Amino acid sequence: MARQEPKKDVVIVGLGWTGAILGMELAQEGLEVLALERGEDRDTVPDFKFPNIADELKYGVRCALVQKLSAATLTIRRTQAEVALPYRQLGSFLPGDGVGGAGTHWNGHTWRPQPEELRLRSYTIERFGRQTIPEDMLLQDYPLTYDELEPHFDRFERVAGISGQAGNLRGKIIPGGNPFEGPRSDDYCMPAMPQTYDATLFAQAAKQLGYHPFPRPGAIASKAYVNEYGMQLGPCSFCGFCERYGCYNYSKGSPHVCILDALKRKPNFSYRTKTEVLRVELAADKKTATGVTYYDHRTGEEVFQPADLVILCAYQLHNVHLLMLSGIGKPYDPVTGEGVTGRGYAYQMNGGVQLFFKDKEFNPFVGTGSNGMVIDDFGINQIDFAREGFIGGSYISTGTTNGQPIRSMPLPAGTPAWGKGWKEGIGQWYGHAMSIGSHGSCMSYKNCYMDLDPTYKDQFGRPMLRMTFNWNENDIRMTQFMRVKMEEIASQLKPDIMQSGFKKSGAMYDVRPYQTTHNVGGNIMGEDPSTSVLNRYLQTHDVHNVFVMGAGAFPQNIQYNPTGLVGGLAYWAAHALRTDYLRQPRNLA
Amino acid sequence: MSDKPLLEWTPSRRQFIAATSVTTAIGVMPFWLHAAETEAAQPVAVPLEQYQPEYFEALEWAFIIAATARLIPSEGEGPGAYEARVPVFIDRQLAGSYGVAADWYMQGPHNPNADPAQGYQTPLNPKQIYRQAIATVNIWCEQAYGKRFDGLEPAQQDDVLSGLQQGVVKLDAQLRDFFTLLLSNTKEGYFSDPMYGGNHNMLAWSYIGFPGARASFKEWAAQHNVAYPLGPVSISGRRA
Repeated sequence: MARQEPKKDVVIVGLGWTGAILGMELAQEGLEVLALERGEDRDTVPDFKFPNIADELKYGVRCALVQKLSAATLTIRRTQAEVALPYRQLGSFLPGDGVGGAGTHWNGHTWRPQPEELRLRSYTIERFGRQTIPEDMLLQDYPLTYDELEPHFDRFERVAGISGQAGNLRGKIIPGGNPFEGPRSDDYCMPAMPQTYDATLFAQAAKQLGYHPFPRPGAIASKAYVNEYGMQLGPCSFCGFCERYGCYNYSKGSPHVCILDALKRKPNFSYRTKTEVLRVELAADKKTATGVTYYDHRTGEEVFQPADLVILCAYQLHNVHLLMLSGIGKPYDPVTGEGVTGRGYAYQMNGGVQLFFKDKEFNPFVGTGSNGMVIDDFGINQIDFAREGFIGGSYISTGTTNGQPIRSMPLPAGTPAWGKGWKEGIGQWYGHAMSIGSHGSCMSYKNCYMDLDPTYKDQFGRPMLRMTFNWNENDIRMTQFMRVKMEEIASQLKPDIMQSGFKKSGAMYDVRPYQTTHNVGGNIMGEDPSTSVLNRYLQTHDVHNVFVMGAGAFPQNIQYNPTGLVGGLAYWAAHALRTDYLRQPRNLA
Repeated sequence: MSDKPLLEWTPSRRQFIAATSVTTAIGVMPFWLHAAETEAAQPVAVPLEQYQPEYFEALEWAFIIAATARLIPSEGEGPGAYEARVPVFIDRQLAGSYGVAADWYMQGPHNPNADPAQGYQTPLNPKQIYRQAIATVNIWCEQAYGKRFDGLEPAQQDDVLSGLQQGVVKLDAQLRDFFTLLLSNTKEGYFSDPMYGGNHNMLAWSYIGFPGARASFKEWAAQHNVAYPLGPVSISGRRA
């Protein structure tokens, strides 16, 4: 028999970026808000303090701030013919854990999608014709527009403290910014960071070719800054320990630094760590939730937490899993194409060119997580899908960060992996290499989805989440297009040695190397309840007092890092809750 | 125990020990050690052959010393795994939570024959893999050369390691990640903070020009194409 706690107005599952945002916004309404976080409590001090955080082995390699797969994981297969096996050792993606979630260990890249990306199906049909869309591609529009989201992007960027350079201010193109971005109502709240040597070289080469380089926008403070919640950030020290690390310097925008200290001071907000939500409990008619049941790791007991409003703010994988285990949304069936929960899982298609220069010094340990210069000349709204034979695009960038030597040791092809040749290679090339990377879209397909694993169970006896994902030829054509463009830019710089790494036709998903923690979809948003779990307010179609934040809502992945869109959607949903739903709880769509 | 010495003492190693333990012997130090001359009071560590491992047994320890010394050899510029005391790092890692794969999902069923791209799928943890694989490799060496791995000539040891890397020296499917683990752990021990037992005196950081835990470079972002001038600092605050 589960212990029962006193009822709360709102229960939030997971205390990362979106949990902190929704917690603050709803606490400001005077509601009793409780956040349940399955991991440890964390804060800048003591968890990220200098010099302990400057430990590549502990944080960069062993990933001390990332989800422990021994406690929770999923199974992965590439095709339906393959037997899915557990993701046993961290590799391809690094879900967050503990207070702050993945907002602790991210790099801070913060983007808005292009307006066209939010209506990609309509845009593709209008511009290039319906026949451009491959038969197995689940191309959908987001059920809301860039213009509707713009104030909420702006709000998130001001809370998280984004340094950058606007390229489109209310329709006016600003030199030095991204001319291909959607119109911004205001400039970034802090100027762009200074640029390292590699980024400057890239920008010069790109400019020579007629492209439009601009500084990468990132949640890295370039000066002292105070946000709307009174939270203070200090200018970044370019320490280089960013992704996989917490920030010792109060410079990287994170839930701790930007929201949580202010939120914790609110008497109507509380949070409990080491509490792992097992399922959302539904009323008998399954039209509303009554609260959640969680496992308390400290006392070893199940607890029922009643609440009027349940907001899932865990990582995308966990949100999808919880929806399935709670019976919210019909499970997706790839054979019939029916069902919604688990439908439309997508990832990110990236590539890179390495450049080696005998006589150039890059000091790769100097950098912010969002260091770099970017071009968006091959972004989604600049590509002729019909002519090029793919739907999608990439931004292309250069910028060193995290140049610690265990993981960041690019060597020319042909250098031995060990022995005398390897030792000579590291002596010759560490600090003399730079890279140009592409970060590209990944569409959704009928055969890329999530469901419950038939074999593997988690520590509570629940079926694990199962991911079925492989690379698709559309996205491989996109990345091969980028390869040609990037090699052209790289050649401008006349490196001594140059080498490329891009997915080729037939490439199979490999879970071992780190790629990105940009897992999206599975509980996508849309207007049609037969093809989506969430409506345009991130409210589940079926259970009106359950909302789901995060990148699970993306119908297909954008070409950018997802956090800017995740943050914008969270403020959009919070606005709908505050101005509409709380007055009259119901399905808002 | 074999009656043979566990390790051939090459001139370069003797030279190294002399250079690190006798601070007046600057003249014989290779250039990459010059950073160390500024601090006389570096800890003097017990030679690896006399070190008491926490996890490895004597024959395994001899294998690890010999194998890591081929993966990152002492000859040429820069420290070898031996001078960097990489074996101590590996021993301590295996004796700790890493050795038992405490953070990894290790429940069955297992399919160690799965496509390697599906990741780590053996039921064995790193501790078990090292123990079983070292025994297997030593048996293979006895059959092929009449000696254990640590008794082979360096060129023969290189052949065995290449054979492991390329799958010519066959290991059971459950052990197939052994070479990958050994090489990864060797590089980790070479480059991680010295508090973990390897990267002794920050030799590997000094060699490549990584400043360790300095972690503050605000004024250096805009200094383009200028080599950073300061040597490394460890988390404990020690300078090389």
